Amino acid sequence: MSEVTAAGETLTATNIMRRGRRPRFDVKHQPGFGFMAVLCVLMLYGPIVLLVTYSFNQNPSITIWTSFSFDWYVKAYHNEQIRDAAFLSLKIAFFASLASTCAATMAAIATTRVKPYRGLTLAYTIINQPLMVPEIVTGIATLVFFALIKQMTGIYGLGYLITAHIVFCIPFAYMPIRARLEDMDLTYETAAADLYATPWQTFKRITFPMMIPGILGGAMLAFVISLDDVVITVLVSGPGEETFPLYMIGAIRRGVTPELNAVATAFLCLSALLVTVFFLVTRKKKE
Amino acid sequence: MVAGATAIEARNVVKTFGSGSEAFNALDNVSVTIRQNEFFTLLGPSGCGKTTLLRMIAGFELPTSGEIMLDGQPVAHLPPFKRQVNTVFQSYALFPHLTVAQNIAFGLEMLRRSKSEIDAQVDKMLKLVQMEPMRNRRVNQISGGQQQRVALARALAPHPKVLLLDEPLSALDLKLRKGMQIELKRLQMETGITFIFVTHDQEEALTMSDRVAVMSKGKILQIGTPTEIYERPSDRFVADFIGETNFTQAEVLERQGDEGRLRLCSGVEIVQQINSLAGIGDKVTLAIRPERIELAPHDDACQFSGTVQNVVYFGTDTTYHLNIQGGGHMTVRLQNRWGHQSVLQAGDEVGLRVPPEAMQVLKD
Ligand SMILES: Nc1ncnc2c1ncn2[C@@H]1O[C@H](COP(=O)(O)OP(=O)(O)O)[C@@H](O)[C@H]1O
Ligand SMILES: [Mg+2]
Repeated sequence: MSEVTAAGETLTATNIMRRGRRPRFDVKHQPGFGFMAVLCVLMLYGPIVLLVTYSFNQNPSITIWTSFSFDWYVKAYHNEQIRDAAFLSLKIAFFASLASTCAATMAAIATTRVKPYRGLTLAYTIINQPLMVPEIVTGIATLVFFALIKQMTGIYGLGYLITAHIVFCIPFAYMPIRARLEDMDLTYETAAADLYATPWQTFKRITFPMMIPGILGGAMLAFVISLDDVVITVLVSGPGEETFPLYMIGAIRRGVTPELNAVATAFLCLSALLVTVFFLVTRKKKE
Repeated sequence: MVAGATAIEARNVVKTFGSGSEAFNALDNVSVTIRQNEFFTLLGPSGCGKTTLLRMIAGFELPTSGEIMLDGQPVAHLPPFKRQVNTVFQSYALFPHLTVAQNIAFGLEMLRRSKSEIDAQVDKMLKLVQMEPMRNRRVNQISGGQQQRVALARALAPHPKVLLLDEPLSALDLKLRKGMQIELKRLQMETGITFIFVTHDQEEALTMSDRVAVMSKGKILQIGTPTEIYERPSDRFVADFIGETNFTQAEVLERQGDEGRLRLCSGVEIVQQINSLAGIGDKVTLAIRPERIELAPHDDACQFSGTVQNVVYFGTDTTYHLNIQGGGHMTVRLQNRWGHQSVLQAGDEVGLRVPPEAMQVLKD
């Protein structure tokens, strides 16, 4: 122990010279820290690396590596079922992120750009609560509710699934937009009013353009969440409405093939791309 | 433009924040008249209500009672975007998603001026604040001093009747600040716009303003030209806040009209303007500026005598701290006009001579 302390103190001394502040407790120098860190990273990314690697395996067996090939990607690409599922997922995610972002934008403005009023906290809670409700509960509730409507109106179709996605995407879209608005100093809007902008002009020329990174971030997040959803989708989807994740689950039941690896890898890349864009647009710019 | 015509008038303005037991008057019955074409400064320590008064003139805040008049018209019903008043914010508040030129054009666009007029005015403003080379930069790609100039140009571009400046120089370093002080004065003279300038820096207020209002705790204590404020402070707070001052007590022995015969702490009797501030037997406070006192060998012309406590050399002048006979301390500042001759040293006995007009009787 004494050695560790001594090492820690030496490091602290150099820190003082370098940065002029003294960390009290440096977790990086606790025994076992390095081991734990490596273990966690392995647990998190090991399986994914394996999945990606085997998607390039020529051998149809998913445990024996033979040689590198793009065969499974080509095969997946020509699989009619996969293409339909992917297209359906993208379509739902597109409408869901679009509509939920609109609703979330309005909600964010109504909860940050107003004088605090009674019930404002309640409004926050109502908007965010769906994140706390177990998804299975929401799913079953939605299923029952939609069944009732279907029975009463006789109308069927994809609209139900899209509506369900819009609803559960709203809180996800709301968070980055609200964060952005709270970061934005009210002085900008005050300055616009000072320069003869009416409230509507202020919104159009100042508030809205400045919140665009938040809106893009919210839309991106909603898109990824919609693409990835299983629980609610399983319950609400009608006959023939097989989204991408549902197809994959079904395919696994029929047996795991490297084709599935390829499909999952492609899906991973799309998500990673969207998340990267999300970070880039919501990243705080240095002033 | 009629010289001396009124630009802004505040009549008995009260602003209360909070309510019940937490109610607190940020402005307490403030009345002030600001003339057209004037460089008017609100001077006071932090928290005295300067920003609150500015925000009310701009329309961001409404008075709890009292009235603000712009050009002789009450403006209570006018929202900020209908008042011909522009503000330079303490934090500048430049729109980060617009370029320098777009920021400057913003007000004119909102006023629906023609494209050619806007372009011409933006060019003129960029030139005025010497920012032409930066016109297409984003506002986060320019320095603090440059942002300051852009904020000024943006507020001046619509040619408001009144420009409000809320401690615009406080974020700049000393050298930039001195430069901007001169610049602001020049801009005000060139544009002929009424400037209402807020600062807590007394030197800034004295060097730039036509008139100064000294504020404390939500009240205006004195309004006057820099000379009046400095030479004839109306009360102890003003005398103390602006520049350095020696305070000394005196007793009123006799009165005749505005004049009174006073006995100083040294026992010397003088005749002084006291107006209606005090009656016979009352104690009054005299304010004496350190640079108005002469040091001499003690004789009958001296009002005070004292012992040198220490001598501080400042380059342009030397400050002597003295223990005064009869009580108290005084600071005397002498210019080093012929180089620093340290004639006096700690422990020396010396006489203090004060011209009568350099002694100001204050209400306490
Ligand atoms: N919106 C507000 N709510 C409550 N108190 C306020 C508000 N704005 C200002 N005050 C208070 O009013 C006083 C005057 O503030 P301000 O006008 O900003 O002072 P200054 O600009 O002279 O430093 C301060 O004590 C401040 O705390
Ligand atoms: Mg202030």
